Amino acid sequence: MGKSFLKNHPTMLVFLALLALFTLAITVFSEAYGSGLVSTSFVKTLGKTLCLCLVAIAMDVIWGYAGILSLGHFAFFGLGGYMIGMWLMYERTKEVVLRSLENQTIPPTETEISDAIATQIFGVVGSSDFPLIWSFAHSLTLQLILVVAVPGILALVFGWLAFRSRVTGVYLSILTQAMTLALALYLFQNDSGLRGNNGLSGLQNLPHVTAPQSEISMWFLWASAAALGFGYVFFTMMLSGKFGMVVKGIRDNEQRVRFLGYEVEHYKLFLFTVTAIVAAVAGALYYPQAGIINPAEIMPIASIYLAVWVAIGGRGRLYGAVIGAAFVSLLSTWFTGGQAPDIPLGFYTISWVDWWQVLLGISFVLVTLYAPKGIGGLFDLLKRKEVQK
Amino acid sequence: MKRLLFACLAVLAWASVGHAEGPLQDILQEHRALIEKPSRKTISPAIDDIASSGLDQAQRMMQAWEAKNLWQRAEDGLFFIGKAQGQALTLTDVDTGEEIETEKSAADQLKPNAGVRRLISSALVQFQLSDPNEARRLDALESIARRPEAEHLAPLQASIEGEENRAIRARKERLVKLLSIAFAETPEQRVEAINGVSGDLNLEVRAALNPLLATTRKVTDVIPAGENVAKIMRLGEDITRDEAYAALVEAGFATKRLTPAAIKDILAANIVDGQVGGVPVADLDTPEARDEAYRALAAADTVPPFVSAEEVDEKLRTHVIYDAYNEPNGDVTKAAQSALKAIDLNVGLNQAADLGLDALSLASIYFLAAIGLAITFGVMGVINMAHGEFIMMGAYTGYVVQQVIPNHTLSLVVALPLAFIITFAAGVAMERLVIRKLYHRPLETLLATFGISIALQQLAKNIFGTQARPLTAPGWLDGAWVLNDVVSISYIRIAIFVLALCFLFLFLFIMKKTRLGLETRAVTQNPRMASSMGINPDKVNMLTFGLGSGIAGIAGVAIGLFAKVTSELGNDYIVQSFMTVVVGGVGNIWGTLAGAAMIGTLQKGIEWLNPSNTLAAQTFMIIFIIIFIQFRPRGIVALKGRAAGD
Repeated sequence: MGKSFLKNHPTMLVFLALLALFTLAITVFSEAYGSGLVSTSFVKTLGKTLCLCLVAIAMDVIWGYAGILSLGHFAFFGLGGYMIGMWLMYERTKEVVLRSLENQTIPPTETEISDAIATQIFGVVGSSDFPLIWSFAHSLTLQLILVVAVPGILALVFGWLAFRSRVTGVYLSILTQAMTLALALYLFQNDSGLRGNNGLSGLQNLPHVTAPQSEISMWFLWASAAALGFGYVFFTMMLSGKFGMVVKGIRDNEQRVRFLGYEVEHYKLFLFTVTAIVAAVAGALYYPQAGIINPAEIMPIASIYLAVWVAIGGRGRLYGAVIGAAFVSLLSTWFTGGQAPDIPLGFYTISWVDWWQVLLGISFVLVTLYAPKGIGGLFDLLKRKEVQK
Repeated sequence: MKRLLFACLAVLAWASVGHAEGPLQDILQEHRALIEKPSRKTISPAIDDIASSGLDQAQRMMQAWEAKNLWQRAEDGLFFIGKAQGQALTLTDVDTGEEIETEKSAADQLKPNAGVRRLISSALVQFQLSDPNEARRLDALESIARRPEAEHLAPLQASIEGEENRAIRARKERLVKLLSIAFAETPEQRVEAINGVSGDLNLEVRAALNPLLATTRKVTDVIPAGENVAKIMRLGEDITRDEAYAALVEAGFATKRLTPAAIKDILAANIVDGQVGGVPVADLDTPEARDEAYRALAAADTVPPFVSAEEVDEKLRTHVIYDAYNEPNGDVTKAAQSALKAIDLNVGLNQAADLGLDALSLASIYFLAAIGLAITFGVMGVINMAHGEFIMMGAYTGYVVQQVIPNHTLSLVVALPLAFIITFAAGVAMERLVIRKLYHRPLETLLATFGISIALQQLAKNIFGTQARPLTAPGWLDGAWVLNDVVSISYIRIAIFVLALCFLFLFLFIMKKTRLGLETRAVTQNPRMASSMGINPDKVNMLTFGLGSGIAGIAGVAIGLFAKVTSELGNDYIVQSFMTVVVGGVGNIWGTLAGAAMIGTLQKGIEWLNPSNTLAAQTFMIIFIIIFIQFRPRGIVALKGRAAGD
C-alpha cells in the first residue's frame, strides 16, 4: 500500500509541472500579457477545456475508481454554471439599468430599479418579476455558496435515495440519466425562473470590470488551471490512502466490501456528492468563459460524452481522464468548427462537420472493444517495455 | 275588320295581363298598399296572410320578395317575380309561373328594408320546415340552430306535427327545446325547458345556456331592488383594490388616482430650484418622499388633487361592486346554473373517460417502443442505447418505402415487414460484432451501444437531412371515432393500440410456445447448462437480439405515422423506454405492460393537472419514477426466487 502511495506522487508531480508549464506558455503567448501568438478565442477554448478536464477527473473518480457510471455529472456541471450565471447576469443588468436611469431628473426608487432589472432579464420569457430562486442573485458570496450547495444537496438527496435502495450498475446509470433529463426538461420551461430555453447569456462580461476580454480570458484560464491542479491533488490525496482502497474494493466487489463491515452506501454517497460539487465548480468556471448557458447543455447526451472522454482517456487514472477530455473535446472543436480539411472522394466529399460524429461513435465502439484502458493504456505498454528491457 | 282588330287587341291585352288573376295575386292585391310601402311595423298582416294561405306558390314569391326580386307592373299594379337583364325584364306570374317579356321601365322593383326582409325570412322558415325535400328541411333547421330567433319558435313547433322523418323530427324537437330556453313566453316555460336539458353533453345546449348567465359588472352605493345579482365582489378575494378603484373611477364615483409613473412625470415637470414641493430632488428616491412632494404640489393647486390611500379605502367602503345577470328573471338564471352544473359534472366524467383513452393510447405507444427493449434488456440483460436508433431506422424505412410506393396502404403493408428485416439484420450484426464481446461488462455495453447510437444518428442526419420527413398514414386511418362531443379517439391511436396488443401476444407466443423462446429462456437463466443441453447460446442470443431489434423497427413505422420522422426520433423514446422496462420490472412482459400503463397514465394525469405545460409533466413524471423505484426497486412486477437472479 505504501508503494502505491509513493507511486502516485510522481505522476501527480509530473502532471502539475506540465499544467504549470502549459499555463505559463499560454500566458507568454497570449494577446493580453505576451506575444499575441495565441488568440483570445483560443485562450477561451483552452480555458474551457481545462474546466472540462476537471469535470472529467470527477467523472473518473466516480466511475473509474468507484465503478458508478453516473450519467448525471454534467447536470451538476450545468447547475454550477447556472448558479454563477445568475449573479453575473443580475449584476451586469443592474449596471446597465443604473447607467440608463442616471439621466433621469428624479432619482429612481429601489422598486423601480429592481423592476427594470427584472424586465430586462425576464422580458424574453414574458415576465417582469423576479422568481423566488433569484433572491440571492444580488450577492456574489451567497451565489458562490449556492454553486456548491445546490448541486451538492441535489447529489446528496438523489444519491441517498438511489444508494439506499441498492440501485446499482446499469440501473443507476439509467436513473441518473432520468434525473438529468428531468432537470433539463424542467429548465426548458419558461416559468422555471431561469429563462427557459433562452438560458442565461452575456456571462462573459464581468460586472464592474473594465478590463478587455483578452485579459479576462487569461484570468479565467489561470483560475481554471488552478482549479484543475487543486482538484487533481485533492483527488490523488483522497484516493491514495485507505479510503481509496475501500473505494476500489467497492468497484471490484461491492458485496465483499460490505461483508467486511464497511458502510458501502456511505462511501458511495460521499464520493457522489464530492464529485458533483467538483463538477459544479468546474461548471462555474466554464460558463463565464462560454458566455451562455442553456438547458440544451445539460441534456443527458452531454453526460454521456463525459463518460466517453473518460473511457477514451482511460479509466481509473486521473491523468487518463484529463487526456481524454482534452484530446476529444479539442479534436471535436477542431472537426466541428469546420477547420479540418474536407476529403474529396470524387463521387462524394467527406465533410468533417457531418462525419466527425460518426467517426467518434465508431472509434468509441472500437476503444471499448479493443482498448478498454483507453489512451492511458499506452503508458502501461511503455512501462512494460521498460521492465522487459 | 274592326271587330277582328278588337279581338286581336283583346287577345294581346289578355296575353299582356297574363294570368293576372290567381289566389295569391288576390291576397297581394288585398294588401297592395302595405306591400308598396312596407314598414316593419305595419307589414305583419300581409305576411301573415300570405304565409297562412297554404298556397304552394307563396314560398317562391316570398323568397323573391326577400331577395328584392318582386316587381309591380306600373299599368295595373299587379305583382310579379321579376328578373332584369340590362333594359329587358322577365316577369313571372306569382301564381302560374308564366313568363312575360317586357321593358324595365314598365314595372317598379320593390325594395323592402332589412327589418321587413327579416320578417319575411322568418315567415319563410315555416315553408322550409315543411318542405317536401328533406335536405331543404335540414338546411332550414341548421340555419335556425346557427342563428336562433324568437320568431322561429312558433313555426318550428307547428311543423313538428307533420314531420314524418324520425331523425328530422327529433332534431326539430331538440331545437324547440333550445329555442324555448331563450324565447319561451313565460319564465315557467323557460325553466321547464332548461330543466329538460340538464346534464346534456351537446355543445349546442351549453351554447344556449351560457348566454343566460352572462353578467355585467356594475358599481353602485345601494343595489337597486329587482336586480338579478350574480355575485357581490369582495375586496382582495374577487377583485384587487386597484381594480375596484378603477371600476369606481370608470363609473364616475371617484376621481382618478395617478399611477406612480404619472406622479413621477409630474414631479419631474415641477422642479423648482432643485426642489419639488419643498423636497430636494436627490431625496425623491422613495415612494413616501414622492407622495409628500406631490401633496405639497397639490396643496398649492398646481396639479390634480392627490388621492390618499385613506380616501381610496373610504370610497371602496361606501360602494358596492357586483356582477348582475343580463337576464332579469332569477328563476331562469338559477335553473340555468343548476343545469350547467349538472352538465359540467357530466362533462367532467366524460373528460375523465377521454383522459383514460388518451392515457391508454400513450401507454400503448410506450409499450410499443419498449417491447423490443423488454426482449434485449429485460430478457437478455443487454443495455442497448441504440434501441432508439432502431426505432428511427424503422420510421425511415417507412418513409423510403412511401417514396417508392405511392399507395399509402400498400406501402405500409410493405414497410412493416421490411422494417423488421432491416432492423433484425442490424441487430444481428450489432450482436455479433459488438455485444457478444461485452456480455460480462454491462456498463461497457452501455457505452459501446451509445457510440453506435451517435454514429447511426449522425448517419441518418447525413443521409436524410435535419428536417422532418413525412410518413403519411393511409386515408382509412384519418379521422377519429367520436363517441360524443367530449369523448373521441383518432383511428391511428386505435391502430397503435391494436398493434401493441398484437405484439404482446406475439411476444407471449414466441417466449412460451416456440423452440426459440424456450431456448432463449434457458440461455438467459443458465447459459452453461443450456449449452450442455445442446443449445447453441451464441446463436440463440443473436436471434433473440435480432428479434428485439426487429420489433423496434416495426414500432418505428407505427411511431413515424404520428410523430415527426427525424434523426432524433429515437432520442425522444429511449429514456422513456428504459423507464418503462425498469419501472415495470425487468424480465417480465407483464411488467413492461404495467410500466407502460403507469407511465402513460401518469403523464396524461399530470398534463391534465397542468395542461399548458407538457415539459413539466415529463419532469414530474421522471421524479415520480425515481421515488417509485425507492419503494419497489425491482419494478411493479418483480420476479421472485431463482428467476430473479441478481
